[in-house]
Amino acid sequence: MNIVSPDLDRRFRDAAAQEGLLDAAYDLVDTPIGKLLVATTERGLCRIAYDAEPDREIELLARTFGVRVLRSAKPIDPARRELDEYFDGRRRTFDLPVDVALLAEFNRRVLGELARVPYGEVVTYGELAARAERPRAARAVGTVMNRNPLPIVLPCHRVIGANGSLTGYGGGLDRKEMLLRLEGAIL
Amino acid sequence: MTLPPFERFYEEHRDEIFGFLVRRLGRDRAEDAFQETFLRALRAYPRLRHGEHLRAWAYTIAGRIAIDEHRRPRADADLPELASLDGRPAFAQLEHLADELPPTERAAVVLRYGYDLDYAEIGAALGSNATAARQAASAGIRRLRRKEPQ
Repeated sequence: MNIVSPDLDRRFRDAAAQEGLLDAAYDLVDTPIGKLLVATTERGLCRIAYDAEPDREIELLARTFGVRVLRSAKPIDPARRELDEYFDGRRRTFDLPVDVALLAEFNRRVLGELARVPYGEVVTYGELAARAERPRAARAVGTVMNRNPLPIVLPCHRVIGANGSLTGYGGGLDRKEMLLRLEGAIL
Repeated sequence: MTLPPFERFYEEHRDEIFGFLVRRLGRDRAEDAFQETFLRALRAYPRLRHGEHLRAWAYTIAGRIAIDEHRRPRADADLPELASLDGRPAFAQLEHLADELPPTERAAVVLRYGYDLDYAEIGAALGSNATAARQAASAGIRRLRRKEPQ
């Protein structure tokens, strides 16, 4: 039986990305808080998913960005490196371009404000709403956080309830707590 | 059937197409041909309108590339492509000729006589078996004979 060797397989996946033929490339990235599925388009990082079922994520990527979705390590390497550094405590900001072009205008604005919340600090949903010039939209901001396509890199873990409780997190409260602990925001 | 994400298509067909290329070209040349096959498929993929006959489609691309590879002198990859110099290749003439056949017969005729696949391979490509492939090819040929002006 002739089976494609891992080396040949990798070469094809690299070449496909190298030639710019992919609508989205993805790979799995190991971190201390579990395996992440990370995806990128030519424009930038477009998805980070906790506990991903790859089949479902791949379908979703194809529906959102186009059918040419392929697992390919190389395009994900910069994100893998920066995430490694972040979890080692050697990185406080991410320098990765992000692709949020397809999100609604309000979501983009809120995520843009979120990206400015510094490492190790927290804001409330209400404060973030005010910064996005929609002071009464705390609840809507909560929904945007819940649907954040790029957790960790767009730090929705830094957004907490008005009473100081962690409230909720797409990846589970344990992970929110671990990220805030890593950043020294809680002891 | 909607077009699946390319990852699915690739995962599902890569080993089979690689095996086909190894039988055609030997292991060394099969690796380059494999890469070329799936890069070509990737370029064309968004233009497909549905997800049917993807296996036959993959075989068609691989068959075409195997023919090009055969015509290329070994170890002279830098020479210009020779394939285009000797007129229209067999598969191109056949594809045109077989245009009016029903899809299965058309695929069987083109893969058998245009790409020189054996019936087991055609059966695999069509999701049936060697016997069904042989029947489809000969039904197609009979139909073409009837159409041909005397």
